[in-house]
Amino acid sequence: MTVVLRGGRVVDSGGERLIDVEIGDDGLIAAVGTGLTGDIQLDASGCVVSPGFVDLHVHLREPGQEDAETIQTGARGGALGGYTALVAMPNTDPVTDCAAVVEQVRALGSRSMCEIVPTAAMTVGRRGVDMAPMGELVDHGVGIFTDDGTGLQDPRLMRRIMEYSTGLTARLGRPVVLAQHCEVSALSEGGFMHEGAWSSRLGIPGQPAEAEELMVMRDIALVRLTGARMHFQHLSTAASVSMVRGAKAAGLPVTSEATTHHFTLTDAACASYDPVFKVHPPLRTDVDVAAVRAGLADGTIDAIATDHAPHADHAKERPFDTAPPGMLGLETALSLSLEESGLDLPEVLALMSWRPAAIAGIADRHGVPIAPGAPANICVIDPDETWTVSGRAMASLSSNTPYEGRTLRGRVRHTIRSGVPVVVDGEARR
Amino acid sequence: MASARPVPSRHLLGIDGMSRDDLEEILDLTDTFAEVGRRTIPKVPALRGRTVASLFFENSTRTRLSFETAARRLSADTMIFTSGSSSLSKGESLRDTVEVIGSYGADAIVVRHAMAGTAHRLAGWTDAAVINAGDGCHEHPTQALLDCYTLREARGGLDGMRIGIVGDIRHSRVARSNVLAFTLLGAEVLLIAPPTLLPPSTEGWPVTVTHDLDASLPDLDACYLLRLQRERISEGLIPSIREYAADFGLDARRASRLPDDALILHPGPTNLGVELTSEVAADHRSLILDQVANGVSLRMAVLFLLLGSGRELVPDGVRDELPDEEAPGP
Repeated sequence: MTVVLRGGRVVDSGGERLIDVEIGDDGLIAAVGTGLTGDIQLDASGCVVSPGFVDLHVHLREPGQEDAETIQTGARGGALGGYTALVAMPNTDPVTDCAAVVEQVRALGSRSMCEIVPTAAMTVGRRGVDMAPMGELVDHGVGIFTDDGTGLQDPRLMRRIMEYSTGLTARLGRPVVLAQHCEVSALSEGGFMHEGAWSSRLGIPGQPAEAEELMVMRDIALVRLTGARMHFQHLSTAASVSMVRGAKAAGLPVTSEATTHHFTLTDAACASYDPVFKVHPPLRTDVDVAAVRAGLADGTIDAIATDHAPHADHAKERPFDTAPPGMLGLETALSLSLEESGLDLPEVLALMSWRPAAIAGIADRHGVPIAPGAPANICVIDPDETWTVSGRAMASLSSNTPYEGRTLRGRVRHTIRSGVPVVVDGEARR
Repeated sequence: MASARPVPSRHLLGIDGMSRDDLEEILDLTDTFAEVGRRTIPKVPALRGRTVASLFFENSTRTRLSFETAARRLSADTMIFTSGSSSLSKGESLRDTVEVIGSYGADAIVVRHAMAGTAHRLAGWTDAAVINAGDGCHEHPTQALLDCYTLREARGGLDGMRIGIVGDIRHSRVARSNVLAFTLLGAEVLLIAPPTLLPPSTEGWPVTVTHDLDASLPDLDACYLLRLQRERISEGLIPSIREYAADFGLDARRASRLPDDALILHPGPTNLGVELTSEVAADHRSLILDQVANGVSLRMAVLFLLLGSGRELVPDGVRDELPDEEAPGP
């Protein structure tokens, strides 16, 4: 059965053109051109046809917290948001720190609407004490290691992990990526929002920007020492962006991501005391938001990620201090990026598709230019559709979106995953 | 969830968002209830049939007794939930708790919690009037109001007064409420503390900050001392109680540097020998006992305004800078 996307404007890393796309039943693009027909015709007129999106930072909660999200529901939300691949964080329960859990996540992922790319913890149990069996995990296809949720505090262990990872390049076929959640816990502990004018006024204990920046600084120094391939997760402060810019200029092998909430919201949102605005790293100031946008614009930041972090309603009905951090992101990321990043559409697509695909090591099948023979992982975007955000209406099992009630512009119309239309006219097919 | 009752759905969540007129209305009414307190039978039927629930997630004998006394003098029924005597515990859904209390028919909920913003969150989940009796390091509005009342009683008004607030401002809900209340009523506020006991930022605060108590004393009309918790030492914020008392404690020698008619206040309970000495607490300029006595009258005024009069008192939307356009409840 063939699928044809008709009348759309294709935008990929090769540029833009008005062409139809025909997808064969082998899951590959069969032809591009005009006037194509197929068994299923999907209207793409007025729309942008892009390689599917890749989210470098998603919490799918399975195994362990299936009341908040499952791989199935998270992937459905991803598909509705235009994603064809999700990089799953390893802070599951049990922690993804061994081959068994990696294979479980991958097996569950294979039945979902996105390709699920498992990552693994750098340390056993994410406890920051003993190195995880990285070689074995690489043999099971893991290319990204992270203790996300916390930073790896011990600089000596971080150095050893970096050194060790450089010995695994040949085994993986590319450099192992170490992804760091930069947060020096001695400075952040007991703080629940960004430390500054708002935290002082609200009486909520804060965590200073320097808690993030000190670890960015340390890891850049250790990359210089070890040559390890480092990825900085969810950069949120002006100085962090500036240090990564400097590291790139010095030719160090570093990349970085920023989340949609860190360039669309500030700490002022915490004035409602609603823990839906509680997230780590915390929402920062206007100055930081501007710096993150500048980092996206000049290439310092390589990818827009979501840090999609579902939490059940009851968990967010606690006081701000004790509620868990995190917010939903998969279904709002595209619209917010188009509206608020200050970037034009092709730049947004690069940050959401082909650049993160390269970091995730899946550039052979995601973010690939739309041409005959390429794997058909594609999304079709209506840049003019307006819609109103509703946590309840989302595919996620949770509803903790900080954008509730906001009217946004730009929405995914169709998503094709390995040739199969998984989202058609804004509705998930499964 | 209880259905809407003929109670104004109004709260006292903080001084933030209140106007000078709001404050003065409460202080004026406090005069009336202070008179009630001096009667042989200090009780009026103003809130007969109304129920005031005290929801104390954090221990506070003084504030709780003050509110209960105020409610009883107004003939209201009272319910008490404290973390020691009920299922209230850390981690429980706040929403569940407040809905249960609403279903018992509480018209007002007086809430004390160790975490900032709790009263604000509760107000969104109940039809009852919510009174913030202290939320973490955020606000303690009735304490600030009774302090203003006490100063006004002593001086006739706060306009032009120079008030120094001394001590652990960083962790003090009393300081945050008082900075706002004192300045709204026309006073000038100095914050006097070592940098580690100041908020990380005082940007936008209508205050002057200094680290030198001795230099400040001669210019103060009132010296407001805050309680110092001993855990500030283990947190590494100050080296020792001894050094704190030496630099920021008000002893007789220091008190002599204050003007003769300057006033001394403390929200209690005092750590004698730390924030001040017993000699200073007993000084003729000390208003510490007046503060306690005025607390009951002030809380009577607040309960009466929220539950008795049906008049608008305090806008709910205190957090946003926009004018509150929400009409009073039916």
